[in-house]
Amino acid sequence: MTTSPSRSLVVVSAGLSQPSTTRLLADRLSAAVDRHLRDAGIEPHLEVVELRDHAQDLTNHLLTGFASPRLQAVIDRVLAADGLIAVTPIFSASYSGLFKVFFDVIERDGLAGKPVLIAATGGTTRHSLALEHAVRPLFAYLNAAVVATGVYAATEDWGGVGVAADGSLVERIDRAAGELSVAVAARTSPAPVDPFADPVPFDQVGRSR
Amino acid sequence: MQFGVFSVGDVTTDPTTGRTPSEAERIQAMVAIALKAEEVGLDVFATGEHHNPPFVPSSPTTMLGYIAARTERLILSTATTLITTNDPVKIAEDYAMLQHLAGGRVDLMMGRGNMGPVYPWFGQDLRNGIPLAYENYALLRRLWREDVVDWKGSFRTPLTGFTSTPRPLDGAPPFVWHGSIRSPEIAEQAAYYGDGFFHNNIFWPKDHVRRMVDLYRRRFEHYGHGPADQAIVGLGGQVFMRANSQDAVREFRPYFDHAPVYGGGPSLEDYMDQTPLTVGSPQQVIDRTLAFRGFVGDYQRQLFLVDHAGLPLARVLEQLEMLGELVVPVLRREFAIDRPAGVPGAPLHPQVQAARTARAACAATAAAGPVATVSR
Repeated sequence: MTTSPSRSLVVVSAGLSQPSTTRLLADRLSAAVDRHLRDAGIEPHLEVVELRDHAQDLTNHLLTGFASPRLQAVIDRVLAADGLIAVTPIFSASYSGLFKVFFDVIERDGLAGKPVLIAATGGTTRHSLALEHAVRPLFAYLNAAVVATGVYAATEDWGGVGVAADGSLVERIDRAAGELSVAVAARTSPAPVDPFADPVPFDQVGRSR
Repeated sequence: MQFGVFSVGDVTTDPTTGRTPSEAERIQAMVAIALKAEEVGLDVFATGEHHNPPFVPSSPTTMLGYIAARTERLILSTATTLITTNDPVKIAEDYAMLQHLAGGRVDLMMGRGNMGPVYPWFGQDLRNGIPLAYENYALLRRLWREDVVDWKGSFRTPLTGFTSTPRPLDGAPPFVWHGSIRSPEIAEQAAYYGDGFFHNNIFWPKDHVRRMVDLYRRRFEHYGHGPADQAIVGLGGQVFMRANSQDAVREFRPYFDHAPVYGGGPSLEDYMDQTPLTVGSPQQVIDRTLAFRGFVGDYQRQLFLVDHAGLPLARVLEQLEMLGELVVPVLRREFAIDRPAGVPGAPLHPQVQAARTARAACAATAAAGPVATVSR
């Protein structure tokens, strides 16, 4: 008996209100990725994380240096995921503080090589390049494999009036989801490195210097 | 098993009175804490080493030498000695001298410090933290074990025909613990040499503590120093006690809420749940500490932090009395139960070991009769 291959993805949404536009965009992206992966014969497992639910634990992590068990479970799932969809509202011309804190507390190499779709919401199309000048460099620093299309949704995009030069919001969601699906399908995540399980032998460190 | 206290040596305002002790008061308070530790029957006093305010203990062997002169049995240690930014030659000399003055009642815990600028202040580069810890310690070991050393490394001037003086007391160098909170490289280093590993777990959840200690134990065995369960492990823990646990919580809460290391973060209750902090009755402290064995195995040294968060000296001394009277005697008894025969105690200098054996023999003679004596 053969089972179809599967991939796990975590959708990180930094929206603050309930309901939030950021979550709405996250859900549309999730649905599109789900469809693309199924079309490719892959069983997707998507999980949405609302950072708002972990805001207190994230602040505590900054202050104490360790994650609460609940936050640690989320971080572990992100580290183990085959792909990531990261969606933030644009505040003051950049990602929100809550969004940044989450990626600040993830270990430095935790996202290296991981396919990531970046997306953002804002009140006006004037902030659309915040994705490119703020969010993309953040993930570049983390050595994540960010797909080419970032999806920015201004309020007007939801009405369909603001059709950007590169197509409507629906078209951009579909294109980005397709890119992420290809990247995720092509890659099996290596198990996260555990420095406590497999230390670099002392004599090797000595020799390498 | 050894029980003791370790002090960071921070000058912290008492949030309930707004009063900040002077440096002079804090230094004298650290001495008073050490003397009280001996008086109430604890085994170890360890001081931090810091080179920036609000900490006072920049000169550990000066303080420990003074305490050595005023105590008889207490083991004097550090938590930690900065192996990265101190010259290993000076560490070798200072602690050998202290060993002579203290009759061997000395060991050390190596550490890398808690603040980046200390490195440039002492002419080093923070990015070399681990390589400095490795190279400096390798030299320190040789200086204590070889009478004449020729040495060349990356971080200090070479040595040709150098003899570190005084030589270690009776040719037995101080025992060394390696302290690490989260660096697997340091657990690996401790295991490689068969030295002790002290995991300062006071700010960490037990799953992390378990993984760090397990790594050290496995690698200790890997390097041929003996079975993993016989590796030399130390743990921290911070406590505040009152006879009634509600009183302890009520009294300690303002200290917790305003402490530089705790304040503004999780609630006292969450913090107690996630780290070894225990605010409650002596029995709660006993239960909590005994539970450490469940996830790190039988271990050798338990150090409590009691002078934290701006608590005034009088309250700290009360804590020490409770530890000595109500907590540690029970812990000694309980930890001895079911302790496998092969698990060693923390290594002692031969002079200290001999003095203990003599005292135990003396006590056994004095208590001659049909009383079963339990060692340690």
